[in-house]
Amino acid sequence: MSLALRKTTDIVAATKWILRRGCLNLSTLPEKSEVLEQSGNEVKRRSGRKPVNPILKCRHVYPEFLPDPNPKWRNSLREKLERMDMLKRRNQIEIPEFYVGSILAVTISDPHAQSKTNRFVGICIERKGSGLRAEFTLRNVVDHQGVEIRYDLYDPTIHQIQVLRLEKRLDDKLFYLRDALPEYSTFPFDMDPEILPEGTPVPINPVQVKLKPRPWLERWERQELKGISNIEEHLKEKDRVRRELRKKPWEKYDLMLQYRKTIPIEEQNDIWSEVYNQLHQLQVSQKKISRKRTYSTPKTQLG
Amino acid sequence: MFTSLLSKISSRNLTCGFHTTSCLNEVRLLTRLRVVDNSEIGKRAMAEGKPPKVICVYNKQRVGYIGDRVMVAIKGQKKKGILVGLKQTQKVKVPKFDSNNVVLIDDNGTPLGTRIHVPIPTILRTILKERTHSKGADYTKLLSIATKFV
Repeated sequence: MSLALRKTTDIVAATKWILRRGCLNLSTLPEKSEVLEQSGNEVKRRSGRKPVNPILKCRHVYPEFLPDPNPKWRNSLREKLERMDMLKRRNQIEIPEFYVGSILAVTISDPHAQSKTNRFVGICIERKGSGLRAEFTLRNVVDHQGVEIRYDLYDPTIHQIQVLRLEKRLDDKLFYLRDALPEYSTFPFDMDPEILPEGTPVPINPVQVKLKPRPWLERWERQELKGISNIEEHLKEKDRVRRELRKKPWEKYDLMLQYRKTIPIEEQNDIWSEVYNQLHQLQVSQKKISRKRTYSTPKTQLG
Repeated sequence: MFTSLLSKISSRNLTCGFHTTSCLNEVRLLTRLRVVDNSEIGKRAMAEGKPPKVICVYNKQRVGYIGDRVMVAIKGQKKKGILVGLKQTQKVKVPKFDSNNVVLIDDNGTPLGTRIHVPIPTILRTILKERTHSKGADYTKLLSIATKFV
């Protein structure tokens, strides 16, 4: 009985969501939603709808503030407490805006290292988890050996997270770099941070990697990846046939699937209105500090 | 026509009805490893394209984790080695490598080579110090021939 009730409420909520959705995709996936949003904006200009709430844009910059949409794992109290803890941590250190494909340098305190700190530079190939469990993976090739390190975003041992190059790639996950030629994931440890002029949108790097010949770790050909240039030359007829068989072209029309993957707009409004002010203040204060750092006046020489 | 459609659907179900997960990449019996030091035997085995095979992992689980001692079959000989980098998913802040790396040692824990040419995880420093006892084998000599830590 209760199950049936829950089901009906679920369906009602979903239909509400679909009716009110109005071309706005609420997923946290960066590129796809951006493209959809742009098309949505065009539609809006034509039909003259009211503009999108600006605080909803936070979902790309701070995706870990949104909980996992699976109702099994939802717990409003825990989510609230976690958000408070995350803000407290963000008051302590600067956690910058970064995306999958950005190049980061992470300094942690490492009791095992001789200098007690450890710095690693690499490209972010994955960003997942929500709340305090948010984590990201960095990949680099050091001495011709591929190395990947996973970090918790809110780990208290992290001293500094520095974005060396802020950019996005064509895909949401860059696991194919493991099977690509090593030069695509090689980054020097003494890289200088590149500073973007203020107000520019985050650039999308359109580089397409070349894969090594098979065997691969995953079946990349079935994943509809945009960031691979030479996948066709490694495929056999059999692979192409099976790729066609496994295609799921209906998924982009599956509104329920999208609904289950996203947090509804009402809940997002609640969450962002709770944390937006503090996040904005933090952003402003950190900008001031970084400006001080970049425009430090040179000391006058004596004599 | 209807039956043909049904058979089509059932065959489709048969082909993609089961769930597959990625492999664990564990180091266990008969896993091939990569020798990363410059010992003569290791270099020759890697150059010939016959990397060593694990024939024993010295722990209770018989699955090798970082810093574990293994016995390998290399060029028809039995040698001992220490795992210094794994492909398997690691804990947070522990590096995961693209290959399973091993450094060959003798019974006293002295490495056969004089240089390790890939980065070594820093956590190995603590692990190997814990495994070293005053009168047993001394594994910390391996750390002094490492060139880079990550």
